[in-house]
Amino acid sequence: MNKAIITVVGKDTVGIIAKTSAYLAKNGINILDISQTVVQDYFNMMMIIDCSKTRRHFENIAADLAKIGLEMGLEVRCQKSEIFEKMHRV
Amino acid sequence: MINISEVIETNRMILEENLDVRTITMGVSLLDCADASVKKTCDNIYGKLTRLAKDLVKTGNDIGREFGVPVVNKRVSITPAAIVGSACCKKPADFVKIAKTLDRAAKTLGINFIGGYSAIVSKGMTPADELLIRSIPEAMAATERVCSSVNVGSTKTGIDMDAVRLMGEIVKETAKKTKNSIGCAKLVVLCNAPDDNPFMAGAFHGVSESDAVVNVGVSGPGVVNHVLKNTCRGESFETLCETIKRTAFKITRVGQLVAQEASRRLGVPFGIIDLSLAPTPAVGDSVADILKEIGLEQPGAPGTTAALALLNDQVKKGGVMASSYVGGLSGAFIPVSEDQGMIDAVNAGALTIEKLEAMTCVCSVGLDMIAVPGATSAATISGIIADEAAIGMVNQKTTAVRIIPVAGKKVGDTIEFGGLLGHAPVMPVSNFSCDRLIARKGRIPAPIHSFKN
Repeated sequence: MNKAIITVVGKDTVGIIAKTSAYLAKNGINILDISQTVVQDYFNMMMIIDCSKTRRHFENIAADLAKIGLEMGLEVRCQKSEIFEKMHRV
Repeated sequence: MINISEVIETNRMILEENLDVRTITMGVSLLDCADASVKKTCDNIYGKLTRLAKDLVKTGNDIGREFGVPVVNKRVSITPAAIVGSACCKKPADFVKIAKTLDRAAKTLGINFIGGYSAIVSKGMTPADELLIRSIPEAMAATERVCSSVNVGSTKTGIDMDAVRLMGEIVKETAKKTKNSIGCAKLVVLCNAPDDNPFMAGAFHGVSESDAVVNVGVSGPGVVNHVLKNTCRGESFETLCETIKRTAFKITRVGQLVAQEASRRLGVPFGIIDLSLAPTPAVGDSVADILKEIGLEQPGAPGTTAALALLNDQVKKGGVMASSYVGGLSGAFIPVSEDQGMIDAVNAGALTIEKLEAMTCVCSVGLDMIAVPGATSAATISGIIADEAAIGMVNQKTTAVRIIPVAGKKVGDTIEFGGLLGHAPVMPVSNFSCDRLIARKGRIPAPIHSFKN
């Protein structure tokens, strides 16, 4: 498994999950988990994805998602999951 | 599985609190580059560096993008140049040729600094060591990215006072020869210098190291400060210390991940993680701010040494468990010009060189990035170097002096270095003379290691 984590931060709006998941589906990326919360009036969404079946390069996926986010006025980041696992799990 | 609050916490550290990996430094042995001809030695050096480190910058940037954490600097450290050039360099100008070669290699590789234009003279200088030291002012003037260091003492050998005397003159000359005296910002005099330090200007690849190695320096004063501000106001020392440890652990884990990833991709063994809290001139990335958050009005106030000792120790305790190998300098850095909080403390009259010297007894490194009047004598600079080296020698720790006697400036002026090097107020130095001490020849013997008092 080649796990990565997508985070979306910004003002809540219609179609955030739809647009993101449409892109992922088109590129053969599986969504393992989705959760969301509101922190200080900001919408925070996290998706755990599996990139092992996609042929698209990881850097391009991150850049595409950032661009999709920008169009909706949101900050979208896609990072390999190890940074979170290493930091928060002994 | 990772939960959303953990993800938000990590990204807040990166985006708002300046968490970054400060440097991936590749140590490269140049022992096999030595030749009887200066030209051949230089060619060998250039060839080996541009071969081994050719993917360093790209790898650092790739890792930064994939994990979403900035890898700020990509650098190289080399075997002390005095050793590499000892067979071929017959005059200081020969060593300058090596410095220029290193600068050229650094530019080809796209790295911002290369460290190891160094001599290790803790007990005495070989003719090559002395030639290299005498070449430093010219080398600093003729290059842009080369960092130089001289180790003048150690706990096992004592202090080579002949080298200390010489370094006072060399620091002065370097200040005069380089624009804005910036050469002195790339020149550090050490005691007990570690072989695996990834941080400039004191980085070199010691002879105890293997052919090539990847060392990583993490950072995150902003993260520690933020956590203390939000959770530790008015809390006990137990809570304070636990919080610093926990935070240092998290910061260091990022460094460990990046180091292992860099090592794998470059095909070069992982050396060590340096646990130092390294500030930058950016607002919110300051060790001074942490000291204030612990409870001081300004760094330099009574209690500063205690607060710094606490901070330094907890950072190590938290970081050690987060990494498989820890080394380098590993502690809190307290440079003046590179930390806005320190600059403010100097300008407020709270922080003096004497207090900084006391602080260096309990923290990583020493008198770092301190600007003093251009008229400060070479003997006084040697005296300051000797004091720091003595602290390191007796306390079995690394100490260093990176002092800038800014040509033409006096107390109250400010000097601008730019970038990570920041800007510094020119600080007053004691006017009382140490000329007769510095004029003595020979060395200070190694200290006794019993009867600790």
